[in-house]
Amino acid sequence: MRKITIDPITRLEGHGRIEIFLDGGGEVERAYFQIPKLRGFEKFCEGRPAEEMPRITPRICGGCSTAHHMASAKALDDLFKVEPPSAAKKIRELIYNAFIAEHHLFHFFYLGGPDFIVGPRTPARERNIMGVIAKAGMEVRGKLIEVRKRLRGVIEAIGGKVVHPVCGLPGGISKPITEEERKSFIRAAEYLVEFSVFVALDLWDNMVLKNKEYVDLITGDIYKHKTYYMGLVDEANKVNFYDGHIRVVDPNGKEFAKFETQEYLNHIREHVEPWTYMRFSYLKNLGWKGFVDGEESGVFKVGPLARLNAADGMATPLAQEYYEKMYEALGGKPAHNTLAFHWARLIETLYISERMLELVGDPELTSPEVINLPTEIPAEGKGVVEAPEGTVFHQYETDGREIISGVNLITPTQNNAAAICMSIEKAAKSLIHKGDVSDEILNMIEMALRAYGPCNA
Amino acid sequence: MAKPKVVFYGCASCGGCEKAVIDLEEDLLKVLDALDIVLWPLPLDFKMKDIEAFKDGEIVVSFINGAVRMSDQEEMVKTLRQRSQIIVAFGSCAHMGGIPGLGNFYTRDTIFQRVYKEGLSVENPEGITPQERTALDIGELYLPEFYDTVKTLDQVIPVDYYLPGCPPPPDLIMNAVNDILKGELPEKGAVLAPNKALCDTCPRAEERREGISIKEIKRPQQIKLSPWKCFLEQGIICLGPATRSGCGERCIRANMPCRGCMGPVKGTIDQGTKAFSMIASILGLEEEEGMTEDEVKRLINDIVDPAGTFYRFSMPASLLKRSRME
Repeated sequence: MRKITIDPITRLEGHGRIEIFLDGGGEVERAYFQIPKLRGFEKFCEGRPAEEMPRITPRICGGCSTAHHMASAKALDDLFKVEPPSAAKKIRELIYNAFIAEHHLFHFFYLGGPDFIVGPRTPARERNIMGVIAKAGMEVRGKLIEVRKRLRGVIEAIGGKVVHPVCGLPGGISKPITEEERKSFIRAAEYLVEFSVFVALDLWDNMVLKNKEYVDLITGDIYKHKTYYMGLVDEANKVNFYDGHIRVVDPNGKEFAKFETQEYLNHIREHVEPWTYMRFSYLKNLGWKGFVDGEESGVFKVGPLARLNAADGMATPLAQEYYEKMYEALGGKPAHNTLAFHWARLIETLYISERMLELVGDPELTSPEVINLPTEIPAEGKGVVEAPEGTVFHQYETDGREIISGVNLITPTQNNAAAICMSIEKAAKSLIHKGDVSDEILNMIEMALRAYGPCNA
Repeated sequence: MAKPKVVFYGCASCGGCEKAVIDLEEDLLKVLDALDIVLWPLPLDFKMKDIEAFKDGEIVVSFINGAVRMSDQEEMVKTLRQRSQIIVAFGSCAHMGGIPGLGNFYTRDTIFQRVYKEGLSVENPEGITPQERTALDIGELYLPEFYDTVKTLDQVIPVDYYLPGCPPPPDLIMNAVNDILKGELPEKGAVLAPNKALCDTCPRAEERREGISIKEIKRPQQIKLSPWKCFLEQGIICLGPATRSGCGERCIRANMPCRGCMGPVKGTIDQGTKAFSMIASILGLEEEEGMTEDEVKRLINDIVDPAGTFYRFSMPASLLKRSRME
């Protein structure tokens, strides 16, 4: 028995290791994706003041700190039973969308994209942002720097810091925004619309979809698992990142469940294995059947493609066009192609640019009324948002002094953990034969998990 | 001249420090040309074998973020220490333990109990917890040990410089990188940030009254926060008096009080004690200003979670280091 180790996994947030066991003939017997790390937020948040949770939990993941910040602020709204003023909700959705777009572009250009724009078979030294720039050109470089800078400008103006923002409080946000800021946000949103269509999706069309080898990889069987999909949807069942109902579709695309944040414990459970510090989410009503796909298995996916699969469409016109184009190319809904997560990520970025334009055009955005002070003695609260890479749940319980006595956290990567393990094993089994392993093959195995953009911090 | 070999690596961290480096973007892309980054798992495809191949001292500088919580993190930082001329503790977690350092209020067992057995969504009737060694029918899998106690980087290896903040501010990161490239380095052990208290650079300093005396402690959800008034004057706990400046007062400008991520100014042994005594004096507790003993007690009692607040980012670096083990 031979063992191949990929350590550390790279172009991902956080830590992870892949262990591949080969049989005597050099074929893959099993492959394991291990998370060698735990910090224990669920425990050490106990004893902390409830209102500090949006300032502590962002450290779960620095890449998606705004997602934990916002899930936490929403959990506090529910905990203190206080509704934020309308302007505060809009400002929260605005910073939130700016953050998702900033993160999606970071993922595409720095983490996942190099495998396509530079190519999975190029030497390791070139498979990175520098390689992307060399291939895509200086104009793209300039625009990428500019668009991410403007998005960070929005996040910083509202949240104080890009990594670990601080604005969220129960019942609203810490300060209003000025008219001058709103105007700069309009320019950022306009720039993002242009960038999404003419740079990001254009690169995808020209450098990925026009390359037969890549299209075969995206649509082929190496990177495919038929699972359930989960995502937040609005009243019209369209994708929403900040708020809505949680919808789950089955592997045939039929609605399996639609529920509110309050009910999440009726739908999700987590499984524990001894060989990793990660926990594995599954659908409670189907149960844990192991690392298998199909209708009988409770394994589900979250994140860009899962959100699009779980929704009936996009809430904005341009994004809807690209959404339809993608499903047409992939042969209909739901799409089970793991590598199409990258594609979905860019379509979501376009949606966000359009949604940001709607939000920044609203004069209410500069209202001075951005917080309602709570009056109720809290006991328990739940909050949910769509993080860049999937649905995230926060639940807090408090004592009489508004001190945390219990915390439950489910991150996107926990939700995707079982599917990620399966994707890695399938890629390994498809790509390694007769013990023949190269840097290029190992990278193509890592591509199976990079698509999910997991965070294992 | 060969480009200096540089490492960015994270231990018990959130990845935010590395995201902050990525966010330097234009400056980063320029600097990338001047450096030979030999390990940085977030954006680059180098593996452990690449590091193991280096000779002692061949790496010019390793920027290490994160506290030390797991055994493999300890091994890795020891390897990097050996291979590197300079070690920079990058960010609050490496510097003082940071948010993961709050784990020192608990033990490995109580953390595992909650995370793997008692979590509200966990279904684990057999009580399985992660094991350092798992025997499978086809071989064995290994996990690093989860320690009882979180350590700062300098409790595990000698550290040359500290870059504070959660995450460190962009200008301080660029200054540090440029100074190292030019070889213009301060004395060993220096914190690469201005040696001033946050209160001295606070945008609200001008409005601050002399000799504040507070009769009531407030929590941020209990009052509408003034956008210009000193937080302490409003009765809101702010760690400004005991915290180093250089952060650009980013939280204060977003109308939220300081939580101390930049660590203390030079010469302070224990940030939490310093914060508590500074705030106690500001609150008028020392003079007691005509307060009865009961009133003083009540005021102190109104500060909820003092340990978790005053040591928010520095529990492992404190004199206490952790809560007492049973």
